[in-house]
Amino acid sequence: MGSLNIENVKKAFGPVEVLKGINLEVNDGEFVVFVGPSGCGKSTLLRVIAGLEDSTSGRVVIDGADVSATPPAKRGIAMVFQTYALYPHLTVKNNMGLGLKQAGTPAAEIERRIGIASSMLSLEPYLERRPAELSGGQRQRVAIGRAVVREPKLFLFDEPLSNLDAALRVNTRLEIAQLHRRLKATMIYVTHDQVEAMTLADKIVVLNAGKIEQIGGPMELYNSPANEFVAGFIGSPKMNFVDGARLGETAKTIGVRPEHLTVDPKSGSWKGTVVHAEHLGADTNLYLDCEKAGLITVRIFGVYDAEPGATLYATPDPAKTYRFGADGKVLK
Amino acid sequence: MSTATRSVPRTIGAHAILLTYTVIALFPVILVIMNSFKSRAGIFGAPLTPPTPKTFDLIGYTTVIGQGDFIHYFQNSLVVTVASLFLVLLFGAMAAFALSEYRFRGNSLMGLYLALGIMIPIRLGTVAILQLMVASGLVNTLTALILVYTAQGLPLAVFILSEFMKQVSDDLKNAGRIDGLSEYTIFFRLVLPLVRPSMATVAVFTMIPIWNDLWFPLILAPSEETKTVTLGAQLFLGQFVTNWNAILAALSLAIMPVLILYVIFSRQLIRGITSGAVK
Repeated sequence: MGSLNIENVKKAFGPVEVLKGINLEVNDGEFVVFVGPSGCGKSTLLRVIAGLEDSTSGRVVIDGADVSATPPAKRGIAMVFQTYALYPHLTVKNNMGLGLKQAGTPAAEIERRIGIASSMLSLEPYLERRPAELSGGQRQRVAIGRAVVREPKLFLFDEPLSNLDAALRVNTRLEIAQLHRRLKATMIYVTHDQVEAMTLADKIVVLNAGKIEQIGGPMELYNSPANEFVAGFIGSPKMNFVDGARLGETAKTIGVRPEHLTVDPKSGSWKGTVVHAEHLGADTNLYLDCEKAGLITVRIFGVYDAEPGATLYATPDPAKTYRFGADGKVLK
Repeated sequence: MSTATRSVPRTIGAHAILLTYTVIALFPVILVIMNSFKSRAGIFGAPLTPPTPKTFDLIGYTTVIGQGDFIHYFQNSLVVTVASLFLVLLFGAMAAFALSEYRFRGNSLMGLYLALGIMIPIRLGTVAILQLMVASGLVNTLTALILVYTAQGLPLAVFILSEFMKQVSDDLKNAGRIDGLSEYTIFFRLVLPLVRPSMATVAVFTMIPIWNDLWFPLILAPSEETKTVTLGAQLFLGQFVTNWNAILAALSLAIMPVLILYVIFSRQLIRGITSGAVK
């Protein structure tokens, strides 16, 4: 119970076209992440699905019903916002119950659902507090709880972790993943952070400049990106792009992920000098200025001692090298 | 850490400047209140000295309360001020919400049009307003004054409030929409409490000119029934003889209600209940 179809949705603000024809199918129970750089239209798309923005053209279909003209409250959705957006004058309990109360749900049923949601998110001790008395992480859990009690067909998350600090972000990410597993609900999640996208998603939708660049599972996007944009966006540190002409290749651009390069002090394909080394413990990132390839990043697993100024040879793994044509698409 | 900001000469200097300003600002008010408690001879003999047992006299207050229907004038002033204030805040906030929240054709033009009244004094239109009131039979009613003051206060209210309403989190309003709240509920329950400090600011700015106005009561409602305090005080201001005791007493009394309203609103300026709602 909770499929979503987006058919040729376009959205323009005056002369500015933010969404240039989006087609997307989300199956029941899927966790779909919209990812892309800021300004790519991912939040606008989420707002169109929620009904907070009207699309200029196209249809939004939830569970087989066209909801393009339905107000947000009647779409069977719930949304979690980046800024939590809790009602400041209501207690945690009333914050969670307000939507149901507006819909005329009986008090006993509201009570029951708040009980379930608050135990799921360990919010019981805070039910009588106001949002001002809670920490950031607790507030975001309340916001998630407010979505859970509505038992929606579709959960919408708009960058829910962006306002949390790093440690809390990892915890909350885990909670959202567990929540998805327990509820088996359809969830749509917007983020600009590709780590969140990779760790949470069943299916990632990469957006750029109002268009879908590629749809696929996390590993699919990592292993076989459709074009240069997706290849550069998925994976951290970012993929190295080298001008094909400088390497004597026919392709316009050659792409190698930092983890698919090996280094050797004596021999290899690309000779370069170490510019900077980042020691992260579990792995080491080396920045090499190569004669042929320019500035590249190499990720080495484990500790590797390299002083800036030292000469190293980097060799790409030929099986994991991507070739891109002039239009940015992968050459097979 | 405190050495840079807390040197003794600096502190003394800052306090000296602030105290001087306070004295200058309060001097006329204190002069009025002081002299309202003095006899006529006391006022003219030594206007700057506080009332002594010899010059102390309540004649001003007894005149004011005895002569003229001052309680009634006060009531009129209060009715006009409170009613206009309520209407200005209500309609001003609603217009500001519409301007800041909804995208529609001519939004910024409409905003400019509504703010135009800040630059054009309403008194320029006095003759037309008087004709309008005569035609609609509202002359010598408090309704006439309330309508005029509402019009007078709205431009500034819309201007200030729309700026503040733009700062209210969109997410909060959208959360309300998803929970099925109507636009009116979102306005009254979510947005208004968050802009309460700016509402108080607008209230203070709107209230004082209304309370102190002499022009419109004199023109639109000079009847005994509808006189306001400022107009009532004119009773003691003659062409040849002026009853200073009574005037000073009337003015001292007139300060009180506006002071009380100010205290009420300035308490609202303290934020706190609303902080922490978003972020």
